[in-house]
Amino acid sequence: MNIQVLAFGIAKDILGQQLLPLEVSENTSVLLLKELLVRDYPEFAKLAGFSIAVNNEYRQDDYLLSEADEIAIIPPVSGG
Amino acid sequence: MAGIKLEAEEFARYARHISIPEFGVEGQQKLKAAKVLVVGTGGLGSPLLLYLTAAGVGTIGIVDFDVVDRSNLQRQVLYDERDIGKKKVRAAHERLKALNPLVHIIVHETMLTSENALEIIRDYDLVADGTDNFPTRYLVNDACVLLDKPNVYASIFRFEGQVSVFNYRNDEGILGPNYRDLFPEPPPPGLVPNCAEGGVLGVLPGIIGSLQASEVIKVITGVGDPLSGRLFLFDAASFTTRTLNLQRSKDNPLNGENPTQTELIDYQQFCGINNEQESQEVKEINVQELEEWKARGEDFQLIDVRESFEYEIANLDGELIPLGTILQEADRISRDKKVVIHCKAGGRSAKAVEQLQEHFQLENLYNLKGGILAYAKEVDSALATY
Repeated sequence: MNIQVLAFGIAKDILGQQLLPLEVSENTSVLLLKELLVRDYPEFAKLAGFSIAVNNEYRQDDYLLSEADEIAIIPPVSGG
Repeated sequence: MAGIKLEAEEFARYARHISIPEFGVEGQQKLKAAKVLVVGTGGLGSPLLLYLTAAGVGTIGIVDFDVVDRSNLQRQVLYDERDIGKKKVRAAHERLKALNPLVHIIVHETMLTSENALEIIRDYDLVADGTDNFPTRYLVNDACVLLDKPNVYASIFRFEGQVSVFNYRNDEGILGPNYRDLFPEPPPPGLVPNCAEGGVLGVLPGIIGSLQASEVIKVITGVGDPLSGRLFLFDAASFTTRTLNLQRSKDNPLNGENPTQTELIDYQQFCGINNEQESQEVKEINVQELEEWKARGEDFQLIDVRESFEYEIANLDGELIPLGTILQEADRISRDKKVVIHCKAGGRSAKAVEQLQEHFQLENLYNLKGGILAYAKEVDSALATY
């Protein structure tokens, strides 16, 4: 199935783009997606704290993705 | 709001607030009765403090230990040219007093630490977090959760900002999520650049800090729906905004199902900073020693780990390998002579030395203490500084 990955902050630098279309298998969980991102973009491994929102809802690791979901990667930002 | 009365002068000053039907005299009285602590008086702290003071928040505490630097003035609109070199809290106090003498300003000229945070925050109703580093963000969050205070949060990076209201208890007594629900673990030190390293559009903290001030006023007065349980994201570059819904996590170490943390911890350590053992391994030379090496014809390689735009502003004729690419470009680092690595002020180059030592076991690396800024100050005053 196809999903859209939207990156913010430092995640945008890691992906090299703001919007990444991705094909994943059915029943991919948030945790699996994080692992796929780390596999393709090893820098994500260091970003222990990155969070995932699915269709504008913050989701935990066990949440299952669906076709056409819009995923947002929200890395921590510290500037003030 | 029995007991809190507005004087004639206040009716005049706050007339535009009082005219808003859902705000009214009562909203203004609530502002007057409120005690707000603003942590950090930088980019976010500037609009926060200006608007909260103008709005008539009765008591405002400010915490900072830093002094005003010329590079602050691009975004920290609380200060002007005359404030350079002054303590930020002192300069801020003067400016805010001139803006609204009715507001009681309390100055905390200190760094917020695990030792003083509970004592300082305890006396306030609400905290607005405008700090610039991860350890203090976790410290402010945890202290607010432990003391049951709302934490109006914002942070910025280049063109992007985040805003939320954490640890907010609504009228029914239901508690909203906090920073630990969103980001349970901090990123490793050095991965996420702060404003000094990564840069920030000057107007961005103006936008984001103003939204933060608006949330502070809403939480105090009870007007509108506060941004609790939601995270607002703004990207000025593409003008996209997004509001994500957040939930409390059962794994939150402070107030999840099985809390494991009941007091403040060492946040430097939690965020992986302060690893003194590691930093002691980095050999250093200062700019005078560098000049001596040059004078006596020492054969060494000079590496500059800054970004190319910084190199364009000023350079020491070193080979440019930005920190982010240092490991991929490691074969350009000489193995058979001394290598001096420098950056702007010595921080990034120390990281470069650590990374190269860790991955390639190199023993010929030296960090230039104080970086190109020290060189400009002590050796070549014609070099541009930034």
